[in-house]
Amino acid sequence: MTARRIRIGPWLYLAPLLLFIGVFKVWPTVWGVYLSFFHVRPYLGNQYVGTANYSKLFSDPDLRSAVVHTLLDAAFAVSGSIFVGFWLAVLLQGPARHVRILRTAVFLPTVIAMVAAAELWTTLLYPSPYGSVNSLLGKVGLGPEPFFNSPHSALASVILMQIWKNAPYDMVIFVAGLASVDREMYEACQIDGAGWWQRLRFVTLPALRPITTIVLVLGIIRGLRVFTDIWVSTNGGPAGSSESVVTFLYRQFSQNNDTGYAAAIGTALLVVTMALTCLMLLWRRRAER
Amino acid sequence: MGIRTKAGVWLLYALVVFVFVYPLWTVVATVFSQRQARLGAMMNVPHGLTGANISQAWHLGVARGLLNSLIVVAVGLTLQLTVSSLAAYALARKRFKGAGVVMLAILATMMMPEEVIAVPLFQVLGKIHQPFTGGTLVNSYGGLILPLVGWALPVYVLTGFMKRVPLELEEAARIDGAGDFRIFWRIVLPVCRPALGTCAVFGFLMIWDQYLLPLLVSQSPKMDTLTVVVTSLQASQEQGEGVRLAAVLILAVPGVLVYLALQRLFERGLLSGSLKG
Repeated sequence: MTARRIRIGPWLYLAPLLLFIGVFKVWPTVWGVYLSFFHVRPYLGNQYVGTANYSKLFSDPDLRSAVVHTLLDAAFAVSGSIFVGFWLAVLLQGPARHVRILRTAVFLPTVIAMVAAAELWTTLLYPSPYGSVNSLLGKVGLGPEPFFNSPHSALASVILMQIWKNAPYDMVIFVAGLASVDREMYEACQIDGAGWWQRLRFVTLPALRPITTIVLVLGIIRGLRVFTDIWVSTNGGPAGSSESVVTFLYRQFSQNNDTGYAAAIGTALLVVTMALTCLMLLWRRRAER
Repeated sequence: MGIRTKAGVWLLYALVVFVFVYPLWTVVATVFSQRQARLGAMMNVPHGLTGANISQAWHLGVARGLLNSLIVVAVGLTLQLTVSSLAAYALARKRFKGAGVVMLAILATMMMPEEVIAVPLFQVLGKIHQPFTGGTLVNSYGGLILPLVGWALPVYVLTGFMKRVPLELEEAARIDGAGDFRIFWRIVLPVCRPALGTCAVFGFLMIWDQYLLPLLVSQSPKMDTLTVVVTSLQASQEQGEGVRLAAVLILAVPGVLVYLALQRLFERGLLSGSLKG
């Protein structure tokens, strides 16, 4: 009796979760890999095409530029958020009341839905002299900038918007990191006559290094799947200049009706994400030793 | 600190507020302004308070979208927390063969970005039939909700928390003759309230933010969630900025409210999630 309960018991508690994960995560993943070997035709049946979707994937110039945009976006948005987040944390650290209120206020961009943020910025960056940001730029004799509307500035505008949304997130993590820096180190610095900059350079930054690396790697992995930000603000345009891998994937499915190709792109992206994650885990394990 | 550095710091504060808070304020000011904003321009101060923009947006599908989003969040979050805490109980408190593998498999699903499997997921939803209506999960609440239930983050957070609950609590109840489920429900779960709160905040934001899934699942305006409604208002722009931004505001406010109400739980989760996840 007890022996049986020990064997079945835990699985009863796990069953609902495993069912949901199995049906809505594992099945689609396997199905996606399967579909990637087919030319998917609604009502006509799927046609096996071998690795044709994959050879297309390696030779498609549009996908290649989408990959470049995604990497640029991930690299600049993440490093930019970390940079801004760090300075925000330095400026707004500590338990003082006014600083806490400011931290709370600054954090708000992070908790509004991505769709809302993207809509807000398409309005603010409206590409005419009347647009909010452009009218400000006009007052100091600049602009008007086309922002989302020019192939030269669309991706950069998306990146700035992402930094605005994600920097406060990194700020909170850095504030916690700063609070854990040994106070005695600061005092020792003071006695040695180190200035503000030296203190930052030789005490604060080294102490924050492990956090920074983790935030960086996680951010890049998250950045590879960027979709909503771009789809809502620029729709990948103009002329594909801000297309990311996932917006490209979704376009293959929704506009070109090429589900098999979309599945192949998804499978490839999955493999890359998993490889990166495993590398990170391995590397962290080694670092902890 | 000298007077000059102090002034410098306040100048930096002003800059930070201008960059991060002022854009949000202009949404509020524009939405409640009587004067119609020019295309792309926003108000800095409300001009003659009015609720006209809100009520117009409300009738243009925002009401329906809000209702759908609230249904999806309420049901989805309840299911997510139930399923996660049940699983976490087994993973944290039971010793059984395969526990390590299961935990690893759950964590591995974190590596399967939802955006990447969205297209095959959509096809899978088309294969699953509902018990009573006979339709598939496409264009249904089931399709909007069920894919969001199995999420690794709350399982991970709750398992970690439950491991730290002292075993003596359970043993005492067992001696009193309480069964397994009763111990879970009456003892372990109430102790886990702070962790459940943290998971609820994150689950709320995750479900509220969903965009690609509803874009695929919803095939009619009737099933659109608020995120989809907001972007479809963009397509029919003749209503003017005020109306469009009213929808944006209604989409943004719940996240802000949840954060302001549960800030402490939120920051705790942010730290444990990002430093260990």
